[in-house]
Amino acid sequence: MPVQVLILPLLAALALALLVHPAPAADAPNPVADAKAFKTYFATKFPKLKLEDFVNGPYSMSEDMRRQWQEKEQFPPYEFALEAGKQMFATPFKNGRTYADCFPNSGIGIRQNYPYFDEKQGKVVTLELALNRCREANGEALYSYVEDEMASLTAYMAVTSRGKPMNIKIPNDPRALEAYEDGKRYFYTRRGQLNFSCASCHIQGPGERLRAEILAPALGIMNALPIYRSEWGGMGTTSRRLITCNSQTRAVPLDPQSDEYRDLEYYLSYMSNGLPISGPGARP
Amino acid sequence: MSMIGNAAFAALLLTSGATQALAASEADFKAAYEAAKTAENRAAALHNRWTTTEVALTTAKTAAAAGDFDAAIAAAKDAEALAKASIFQATSEKERWKDAEIR
Amino acid sequence: MASTIRVRATVNGELTEVQTLIRHPMDTGLVKDAQGAIVPAHFIQQLTFEHNGKTVFLADWGPAVSKDPYVKFGFKGAAKGDDLKIRWVDNLGATDTITTKIQ
Repeated sequence: MPVQVLILPLLAALALALLVHPAPAADAPNPVADAKAFKTYFATKFPKLKLEDFVNGPYSMSEDMRRQWQEKEQFPPYEFALEAGKQMFATPFKNGRTYADCFPNSGIGIRQNYPYFDEKQGKVVTLELALNRCREANGEALYSYVEDEMASLTAYMAVTSRGKPMNIKIPNDPRALEAYEDGKRYFYTRRGQLNFSCASCHIQGPGERLRAEILAPALGIMNALPIYRSEWGGMGTTSRRLITCNSQTRAVPLDPQSDEYRDLEYYLSYMSNGLPISGPGARP
Repeated sequence: MSMIGNAAFAALLLTSGATQALAASEADFKAAYEAAKTAENRAAALHNRWTTTEVALTTAKTAAAAGDFDAAIAAAKDAEALAKASIFQATSEKERWKDAEIR
Repeated sequence: MASTIRVRATVNGELTEVQTLIRHPMDTGLVKDAQGAIVPAHFIQQLTFEHNGKTVFLADWGPAVSKDPYVKFGFKGAAKGDDLKIRWVDNLGATDTITTKIQ
């Protein structure tokens, strides 16, 4: 049979195959590829920025804001929380032990390793969770995840890691990959009556305004936490920010340290691997 | 003519009619509220409740407690619609989220 | 008890630059708490900076100033090693003072 006759149906089949967008299959999770694509997306969107600039959120998006922020960093609003956190960290529990006993390297310079996947428990452990577990193990009452004490403690631990690159590990454990994927799914899923996903603001909108605020990029967003927000008139934890983000889209927030939030923090932190810890941060 | 006068008879009819209408409203409210609550429970199971649904449910309850069943039923129907929308959001987003993913 | 006043004063040519961060709730008296009760007004009314017995900066404040206020200003006529005294008084009569060395 002549080749031409064969070619036509072949070409048609090829064209059809190319036209039909392959459904995002349930491929094996590939965090390495995801992180590369994530960073490439932001590098392309903001070609003038260096990778490490992204950890400063809106300040990399606006020259005017950046100038004001740098001035304030000489005398940052989170100073009080930092001092309180340092003191709290050093104060022994009733049983004489301290936070240092619960953490590697006595809790100094380790913030960039959180969250991590606890293979024994099969779940993601965030820094806030680890701190409360430390308290519990030493007979102390748990701190609220959204109030000052936890914010001060995590602020102190963050400052001891300033400049260190985010270093989240995903062990070769299907449960860890599942947690990572759950976090990724949460990030891109629309929620609340306003139908926003995290991505709506922090992937599509960085540098744009939402009312009077300039939106921060998702890349590096975890690196600055916890943050002193002028809006709050105080220091706030990662948990607090996730909860308020939810209610701002008119979604009923989940409980702090619920699985979804822990997985989300895991995913987002992993996306920012290699970027320096800039916390504690100050934001409008 | 009957023992009771025309006016009295009319009044009797009116009152019984009115009481029936009130009772129907409360029953209507209960049904509307239950429907809204059922939908909201489903949304809760999906971890996808909306704050505005909760507000509508509270508004419905408060209006009912004050005896304003018309407003209560309207709010309950709002709540049901919102809850159903939040369920739709949760179920459709199960696949739709992938459209937004950076690859 | 730790001072509520954080201060840094640096000589820069002719000018001494002063930065201060003061820990104070600066409650306006217009905000309600979770239970619906008014949080009483509690704010700094007067803030003074003294150098060599002379007031170089005086602020009369009210509830419009936000929590943990930050002040930055410059003044002439001081030298490295001089004392700078900062004092505030609030509407409840509470007060705090600190003296720092100009760097």
